Amino acid sequence: MKVKVTVNGVAYERDVKPRTLLAYFLREACGLTGTHVGCDTSNCGCCVVVMDGGRAVKSCTMFAVQADGHQIMTVEGLANGATLHPLQQGFWDQHGLQCGYCTPGMMLTAYALLKHNPNPSEADIREGLAGNLCRCTGYQNIVKAVQQAAEKMREPVSARS
Amino acid sequence: MSTEAGHAVGVAMKRKEDPRFIQGKGNYVDDLTIPGMLYLALVRSPYPHAEIKKIDIADAMKKVPGVKAIITGKDLEAAGLGWLPTFHGFDKQMVLGIGKVLFQYQEVAAVFAESREAAADGAEAVQVEYAPLPVVADPFTSKTDQVLLRPDREQKTNHIFHWEVGDKDATMRALSSSPRRIKERLWFQRCHPAPLEPCGCVAYFDTMGRLQFHVTSQAPHVYRTALALVTGIPEDKIHVVSPDIGGGFGNKVPVYPGYVCAIVGALKIGRAVKWIESRTENLTSTGFARDYHMDVEIGATEDGRVTALHVATTADHGAFDAAADPSKYPAGIFGIVTGSYAFPVAHAEVDAYFTNKAPGGIAYRCSFRVTEASYAIERGMDILADELGMDAAELRRKNFIRKDQFPYPSALGFTYDSGDYHKTLDTALDAIGYKQLLEEQAEKRARGELMGIGLSTFTEVVGAGPSKHFDILGIKMFDSAEIRIHPTGAGIVRAGTKSQGQGHETTWAQIVAEELGLDPQTIMVEEGDTDTAPYGLGTYASRSTPTAGAAIAMAARRIREKARKIAAHLLEVGETDVEWKDYKFQVKGVPSKTVTMKEVAFAAYTNMAQNEPGLEATFYYDPPNMTYPNGAYVAVVDVDRETGEVKVRRFLAVDDCGTIINPMVVEGQIHGGLTEGFAIAFMQEIQYDGDGNNLNTNFTDYLLPTSLETPHWETAKTITPSPHHPIGAKGVGESPNVGSPAAFVNAVIDALSPLGVRHIDMPITRDKVWSAIRAAEDRKK
Repeated sequence: MKVKVTVNGVAYERDVKPRTLLAYFLREACGLTGTHVGCDTSNCGCCVVVMDGGRAVKSCTMFAVQADGHQIMTVEGLANGATLHPLQQGFWDQHGLQCGYCTPGMMLTAYALLKHNPNPSEADIREGLAGNLCRCTGYQNIVKAVQQAAEKMREPVSARS
Repeated sequence: MSTEAGHAVGVAMKRKEDPRFIQGKGNYVDDLTIPGMLYLALVRSPYPHAEIKKIDIADAMKKVPGVKAIITGKDLEAAGLGWLPTFHGFDKQMVLGIGKVLFQYQEVAAVFAESREAAADGAEAVQVEYAPLPVVADPFTSKTDQVLLRPDREQKTNHIFHWEVGDKDATMRALSSSPRRIKERLWFQRCHPAPLEPCGCVAYFDTMGRLQFHVTSQAPHVYRTALALVTGIPEDKIHVVSPDIGGGFGNKVPVYPGYVCAIVGALKIGRAVKWIESRTENLTSTGFARDYHMDVEIGATEDGRVTALHVATTADHGAFDAAADPSKYPAGIFGIVTGSYAFPVAHAEVDAYFTNKAPGGIAYRCSFRVTEASYAIERGMDILADELGMDAAELRRKNFIRKDQFPYPSALGFTYDSGDYHKTLDTALDAIGYKQLLEEQAEKRARGELMGIGLSTFTEVVGAGPSKHFDILGIKMFDSAEIRIHPTGAGIVRAGTKSQGQGHETTWAQIVAEELGLDPQTIMVEEGDTDTAPYGLGTYASRSTPTAGAAIAMAARRIREKARKIAAHLLEVGETDVEWKDYKFQVKGVPSKTVTMKEVAFAAYTNMAQNEPGLEATFYYDPPNMTYPNGAYVAVVDVDRETGEVKVRRFLAVDDCGTIINPMVVEGQIHGGLTEGFAIAFMQEIQYDGDGNNLNTNFTDYLLPTSLETPHWETAKTITPSPHHPIGAKGVGESPNVGSPAAFVNAVIDALSPLGVRHIDMPITRDKVWSAIRAAEDRKK
């Protein structure tokens, strides 16, 4: 089946099998391997991407054909050129990652969370990230990373360093 | 954050590896694609124990488009590859079922196909006829030998080994003459490390006929040697690459059947083969951990001085003995079971049995059975405190090995290097406000509320290990480093270890920078490539810093000695007149006459005088002893009397891991290890039913903590450097996972102790607590 999915602003027209999962479409048809697969049951969240600007979806739970005509943002689309997104900066500054496998999904879930709630409490962040597993960090520094990013993103653009 | 030349060890430097991970540019094994690559899927047994009557591959070959080849156990056996030696060295494991299967989800056939989907369809289409055999689902049934599980072995018994250490007679005499004694059976349940990236590999033979093997391995050099020994491929024709690894926790130490099948497929078909296991395959067939049933006995005087310890363990090793322990240690380093306490005598014994369960018994964030040992002694001490009616902190304080007793020879043969256990405990009790917590608890108990305070004051043994005692398949457990300093003062360090998130790309650079006065930002770190890295035994069991970290410091010191000669030439003085001071070479007594390492590096290539050109060194480090990190952990819990729900209100970890290379990384390791300890205490369990069916085959049934239930962690430290490690570091990655389960359980039992509850086995689920509370109330009626 022919699909056209816009990923990080670039249109990808590909012929896919109906059963192709969005996660494998992104990894194999688009060559964007920053989206990871960590389980078979949509529990781990390593595959989370953002759809249509603000909705976090688990790309292992969607078929590529369901994304036809939609906008997808993956981890490769977070930075603005050489400038890291505040979430990326937050994860780096706060030691919010160790092995890095869950990190893209964590950041994109947080991205959608901050779209809907720019000033979340710690409890909001912990609830917002509860669909993403991390085996390395114990989440505490991930929470701090999201808090740092939220603060940065609330600043007027001109004040951002 | 320092990026200047000079002081680098002890600095909370941001990680150098992070930019690629946060931009989705990590390089995990599944990210690798080779032109013409095939995919491998494995057919697995639905039966825990069954004879394989027939394997029919005709439909899969003919009717599924894209299937290229299928191999079975018989094919492998004909090629001499039917069995795989386990790292333990005592046993072997079937690659694909030969004659019968011994656990549910065991590998039976390998299907190679043009796509991921075709391989999966092909595996579905393989028809296997089984004749079920009687199942042995626990080690106590196994013990009876009524069903012999492994007729392939010379020894016609399910008993794998008996191991013991210590003086049994003296221990038993001391126990029987002790005025106070406790005895309890503690089961450390079977669990699984479940790193988020499953295991996998890509195998192919390049145009020179070399095997290129990219694999999620925590020990790539050991894989290379093992592959050479098993396959007969000369070791120079094997190139193993461990790329970025998405967590390991011991799960990625053993060699798995999928790897062997991928290599055989690549050889047979002449194309690259990728094998990436599913989560279900990971949880059901790769290395599980623990499954120790431990009978713990402690004797004491009336006033609470311990007199003897005896621990007898029945271990469930599953269908093959694939525990991946050092060869002289079939029960790992379980002898650390005397913990932080001055036991005059002790005896520990372990009897291991085969069952119809997945093989393993691997060191899950653990130095080979140290977690089981630590849990046994720390639970045991709490049970003793309860028996004596003594405060749990007081009992520990009374029995600690004192600071002035180090180096301390333990009753079970270890020489503890250093520690100040009283200080570590006092730091924890002060920081958490132990006295106030006891007062609060007394008030709550008076009102019938259930609040618990749990301690764990563990001592670890890590850094395997001295060649006299430690080897895997005969290879001594040293580790290594090679450092090259380039003309501009930048450099590269390579080590025999392999980070899976521990941050070696940063911390190894910090050690080099500290030793040589260079900028850590310009020291590149490379690991995991057997063509370039010096031979090492890999990363697990908190061994990287004690072994490779030491090798890096020693290699850097060799460079410094070479550099001193060049510095003398540049300073126009004799070599003996040059000293290394404040990260520079200086003419003794003349602080104004200095040269930096950067200047020396340039001279090593441009103006070296009579000295050998270049500036590099290699060091293989054979540790003189293990290192012994310790910690004092305090958990505070509230238990809901009506629902059995346990809430961890506070958790404080005071760790002493000796010299700290990067405090940010160390704290991150502690957070992660505590979270895994919490998960083991309350959630994680691989259960089998009585028929040998695995009940926890995915993340909806095998529960891992999310951000919601994970407690907030408080950390603090004491620092007692290791006297024998070049920079005094001890290792920390596993300490929080080793030390914390007992603290959680002790806290819950402390909360329930007014009801007369003495023990609950992990994981402490809500229904177990609820049932214990109901049973206690029924007893009162």
